[in-house]
Amino acid sequence: MDKKTTPKKTKNKKDKKKVDTKKSLKTTKKIAKKEKKQIKKKEYKKEVKEIKKQTKKTTLKKAKEEKVKKKGKIEKKKEEEKEEEETKIMVPPPAKKDEPEEYKKLRTEIKKILDDRFLPGSVIDEIIIKVLNEKALEKKLKIIIDRAFEHYYKNIIDPAEACGIVGAQSIGEPGTQMTMRTFHYAGVAEINVTLGLPRLIEIVDARSIPSTPMMNIYLREAYRINSDLAKKVANQIEITKLNSIADIETDLTNLTIKIKTNKTTLDNKNISIDEIVDSIKKIRGIDVKVEKDSIKVVLDEPSYKKLLDINETLKDLKVKGIDGIKRIFIRKEPNEGYVIYSEGSNLEKVLEIIGVDPYRTTTNDIQAVSRVLGIEAARNMIIEEAYNTLSEQGLNVDRRHIMLVADVMTTDGIIRAIGRHGVSKEKESVLSRAAFEITVSHLLQAARRGEIDKLGGVAENIIVGQPVNLGTGAVELVMKKGKKK
Amino acid sequence: MAKENQKQQFEILNHELVPNHEIVSEEEKKQLFKKYSITPDQLPKILNIDPVCLSIGAKPGQIIKITRKSTTAKEAMIYRLVVESNE
Repeated sequence: MDKKTTPKKTKNKKDKKKVDTKKSLKTTKKIAKKEKKQIKKKEYKKEVKEIKKQTKKTTLKKAKEEKVKKKGKIEKKKEEEKEEEETKIMVPPPAKKDEPEEYKKLRTEIKKILDDRFLPGSVIDEIIIKVLNEKALEKKLKIIIDRAFEHYYKNIIDPAEACGIVGAQSIGEPGTQMTMRTFHYAGVAEINVTLGLPRLIEIVDARSIPSTPMMNIYLREAYRINSDLAKKVANQIEITKLNSIADIETDLTNLTIKIKTNKTTLDNKNISIDEIVDSIKKIRGIDVKVEKDSIKVVLDEPSYKKLLDINETLKDLKVKGIDGIKRIFIRKEPNEGYVIYSEGSNLEKVLEIIGVDPYRTTTNDIQAVSRVLGIEAARNMIIEEAYNTLSEQGLNVDRRHIMLVADVMTTDGIIRAIGRHGVSKEKESVLSRAAFEITVSHLLQAARRGEIDKLGGVAENIIVGQPVNLGTGAVELVMKKGKKK
Repeated sequence: MAKENQKQQFEILNHELVPNHEIVSEEEKKQLFKKYSITPDQLPKILNIDPVCLSIGAKPGQIIKITRKSTTAKEAMIYRLVVESNE
């Protein structure tokens, strides 16, 4: 247990002594090999870290082993069999259950009454539930539907209504109450997620990479119940660098690098030495030899500088995992089982991992969603993310306003940003540009280029002095020709 | 160990976030334009390289009917015109 507490920080005398002895040992080494000073220092730090890690991991492992023993071997065997049964192709989720007969009957009846008129599904559903609860209402069904239709059309948005301005105000006003810069531990482990106004701006800005990419990785049936299997999937996702699983020693006299691996660490991460060797072999200009628990790297051409270069690349070498996924957390959720949360995002690759549920896993990287799942999925994601950031701050914005924003952002098949100059890449009229900034210069340039203004917007029409093409201004009176009575 | 290198195959159309996409037949197309008295280019667009378009095999000029799951109206229908991507 002494090893577990950090030797440098603790004021415990025993620990101090330990550090002292280690330091003195180190100083003797220093005198002997002055050139290796820097490398040794790093190694010393690594050693301390490694010791900490190992002790932690071994204690964790012991606890786990006990748990497994308690569970019994029979269960384990069963799960192993299950795993083998799993095929490569993921079966789509089963279709939703059909609703009961009486619902269907009522639905067709309502459809008959409605005829060509339209009522949204949610309204019809509400009517069905109400009518089925009170049998007396069944006779009045026609009246009910007529009334519902009447009210629905009374409340529907009018043609040529300036819905965009209403939406902008409805999001903007509560937005002023948002805290400017909020960072929040979103309840999930220690993942830090940008929230509040910065996140909202990020969504609307359609930035290619969010400042805090994050993924919710759901697991398939068999994997989400079993913690070992969940961990196995997690190990495949989390990026593992060589530095964190092995000691890299540089031998300057022979110009070789020795990579010492530790069996417990490897077992914990489920990595074999062959896998490490395979990834090391990808570096050019070196030869790799395996010796029991360690790997020897020999340079093709002996060079001191190259050795140090390779030492650096080896430290950062990816052994396993997916690029972009920095850290992962496994949590047990009620009614779900184990769910993996990750810092960093790579939707394309994560969905391909066996064990991941490819139909529920999501990321907060909207551009990635658009790339992998299409524009409609991106639209859904924008609505979901924007709505959640707003409601997380206790602001109740109607979903329809956000839906409108998402619709505008995705109408062209690509995600376009909405900034303070309007929707990006949209051609802006000369007059409205002139009304905004440096009037003369804009007008002069437009005249030189021979630009045309179609007077579609609000500012242009006000400048010329005619009704704006909105609301009552959008309609004109048409006279019906006929005889006077 | 070899198992880990295998990739899982899946259909993106079944993802939670992806609504139902359907290619509209020629006749339906005519009815649609007549009903709303619009031209195809007035519809929202979807790129032909969109992953959904690729998986249902939609070509530029075709129209896709999308049945969205909506929280306000339960189900909402929308049409998108497949356009060629200029990238």
